[in-house]
Amino acid sequence: MRVLKKQAISRRSFLKGSTVTALGLTVMGPTIFGKNNAWSATFKNISADDGATLVQMARDIYPHDHLADKYYAAVISGYDKAAGKDKSLKGMIGKELKKINSASMKKYKNNYRMINREVERVDILKANTKSPLFAKVRGDLVVGLYNNKEVWPKFGYEGESASKGGYLNRGYNDIDWLDKV
Amino acid sequence: MAKFSKSDNSVAVIIGSGAGGGVLGMELALKGIKTVILEAGGRHNPQDFVNDEWASFGQISWLDKRTTSGDWRVARDFSGLPSWIVKAVGGSTLHWAGASLRFQPHEWKVKTEYGNIKGASLEDWPIDHKEMDKWYTKAENHMGTLGTGGRERLPGNNNYKVFEAGAKRMGYKDFHTGNMSINSKPYDGRIACQQIGFCFQGCKSGAKWSSGYVSIPKGEATGKLEVRTHAQVLKIEHGKDGKVNGVVYADKKGTIHKQRARIVCVAGNSIESPRLLLNSESNMFKNGLANSSGQVGRNYMRHMTASTYAIFERPVYFYRGTTMAGIVTDESRNDPSRGFVGGYELETLALGLPFMAAFLDPGQWGREFTASMDQYDHMAGLWIVGEDMPQASNRVTLHKKFKDKFGMPTPNVHFSDHENDIKMRNHAWKQSTALYESVGATKVIQTPPYPSTHNLGTNRMSAKARDGVVNKHGQSWDVKNLFISDGSQFTTGAAENPTLTIVALAMRQAEYIAKQMSSKAI
Ligand SMILES: Cc1cc2nc3c(=O)[nH]c(=O)nc-3n(C[C@H](O)[C@H](O)[C@H](O)COP(=O)(O)OP(=O)(O)OC[C@H]3O[C@@H](n4cnc5c(N)ncnc54)[C@H](O)[C@@H]3O)c2cc1C
Ligand code: SF4
Repeated sequence: MRVLKKQAISRRSFLKGSTVTALGLTVMGPTIFGKNNAWSATFKNISADDGATLVQMARDIYPHDHLADKYYAAVISGYDKAAGKDKSLKGMIGKELKKINSASMKKYKNNYRMINREVERVDILKANTKSPLFAKVRGDLVVGLYNNKEVWPKFGYEGESASKGGYLNRGYNDIDWLDKV
Repeated sequence: MAKFSKSDNSVAVIIGSGAGGGVLGMELALKGIKTVILEAGGRHNPQDFVNDEWASFGQISWLDKRTTSGDWRVARDFSGLPSWIVKAVGGSTLHWAGASLRFQPHEWKVKTEYGNIKGASLEDWPIDHKEMDKWYTKAENHMGTLGTGGRERLPGNNNYKVFEAGAKRMGYKDFHTGNMSINSKPYDGRIACQQIGFCFQGCKSGAKWSSGYVSIPKGEATGKLEVRTHAQVLKIEHGKDGKVNGVVYADKKGTIHKQRARIVCVAGNSIESPRLLLNSESNMFKNGLANSSGQVGRNYMRHMTASTYAIFERPVYFYRGTTMAGIVTDESRNDPSRGFVGGYELETLALGLPFMAAFLDPGQWGREFTASMDQYDHMAGLWIVGEDMPQASNRVTLHKKFKDKFGMPTPNVHFSDHENDIKMRNHAWKQSTALYESVGATKVIQTPPYPSTHNLGTNRMSAKARDGVVNKHGQSWDVKNLFISDGSQFTTGAAENPTLTIVALAMRQAEYIAKQMSSKAI
């Protein structure tokens, strides 16, 4: 059976794409940039802190431990551009993040993204699923994250096949373990 | 290619170029009848299709505003997308998977067969299986349907092999790789399937039948068929004699045109067809055209559907090869001892990663969901399609406020499951879960219905004028030169995917229209 290695992006290009410079900000919490500063979004309209919170939120909504932050950030960085043009979006993001942070402050004595345990952050999200921000991030992510061609190999999805002659000679029927179950 | 004048009142006008409209257009042209197809979408060649789910959705799907109501989950999960159909030459036969099944004989007569079912508006079709037999054969030969006419079925892909192993363990008897209208060998000038796996996105190799690039060109070659693209019909007009005499349509720029007609055939799929009739109200037809019975837009059916996805310890790569690659028909019988009337089919199905994320468990998030997605390459899957109960209250209506870019009121699709639908769905989930567990599934996900791909019944055929919209030839009870030529004429939906039946009915209707025209009855 033609089995794929679930990894396709080489380490080198991965590092090359990440200019961490502007984000070496001191306000950055350890949960994001301290342990994984592999993404390069530099936000202009959303504060770096809010940007990092949104990325953490995105990961907590669709947690894939084999995906780097940059794939989540790719969706979130769109908000920064949009917030530049759309004041109400910018306002909504700021307001809703404040609500989420104050809820987490109350319960876990920390801002949302500074909470170390995923279950606790998820607990805060669960209490805020009615938030328009939650709905927006989830809705955009379910399309944006999984429609990113760079992540497909990491799930074992090969994408476009017509140019390779389909799967006729590339394993459409090569399953080899059925007689063992 | 023919080009007819807009003032030519001797042409047959067909609205929509999908399964019904495209085939009717071909057949009328082959009979020498001057025909104009008006199609709201554009035209794409097979090479232009893209192996990319969302990009293809943007390229060919019908994206105009629609609203939903009722208790179906689609109204909650995809409130602006009640159905998934195509706006392009070929209609939804560009998206379709190719499963081409005949109705079972009893499914033409379910009112008789099932008796009175509370809340259901069942009727018998005014046609029976004996009469349909030759039309089915003609349709199968035209579409190159496998497993019929001596055409060999496709080899099974990985998804099918898992399914087949499970079917055997379940003791099922009737399973195979399906009666697909996809070439297993070169046929009708088109090549054999390359197992590309993007059948829903328009088959780039042309191995899959579509009215868009198979039927319509055959019609055009006669010099009797003109297909006008980017022509969305807004209204059907009639004269003082109560007969229709032309249609009003908008082109790409929004410019309004009129095309005169001797007869008009409506084939815009089961949401757009009733929308158009309702929007064609006049002083003479205050309730909408062809609607003296009040049945236009009612009895909307979408098949009882659902999916089952299973995760295995080892990889499957179910997306390799044909999207729909096999069927179990054992559950399609009518056996009320299961707690419901009618039956269902199990048909393998694979989605790409982007669509799987959107449809596996809509609205879901968190680790339970992503743990399943992480096993995408270890998944097998199937789609459940069964007969749903027609209900008068499930219906397409015109929205009171919203209008599309041409000023035409947008449609609202109201649907609630019948109790029978729910019982059947639960049974099918249970059986298909057991099927996958029998071959070692470690996790099984019961996926709710997608936006409707099978839209049926909103201008139904009936034996008596008061019970439906059209007679046994798809001819309006009220207006004799007005026809319904798509899936909206279905009296009931049967358990089978509808397209073969839509095509067979269009061929049968063409013969009737030709006779009526030559005897000057219309
Ligand atoms: C993803 C998918 C998979 C499917 N798989 C299968 C399968 O395996 N087997 C099966 O039997 N069926 C399948 N179907 C269903 C099948 O495609 C439809 O049932 C069938 O195409 C319906 O035929 P129709 O003539 O009613 O409408 P359509 O084929 O949808 O054609 C309607 C056409 O009318 C046009 N139109 C609408 N309104 C107007 C207007 N006002 N003016 C001008 N033009 C208009 C539309 O743009 C469209 O081109 C599938 C559908 C989808 C979406
Ligand atoms: S799998 Fe076959 S039918 Fe489907 S798109 Fe590919 S070539 Fe066409």
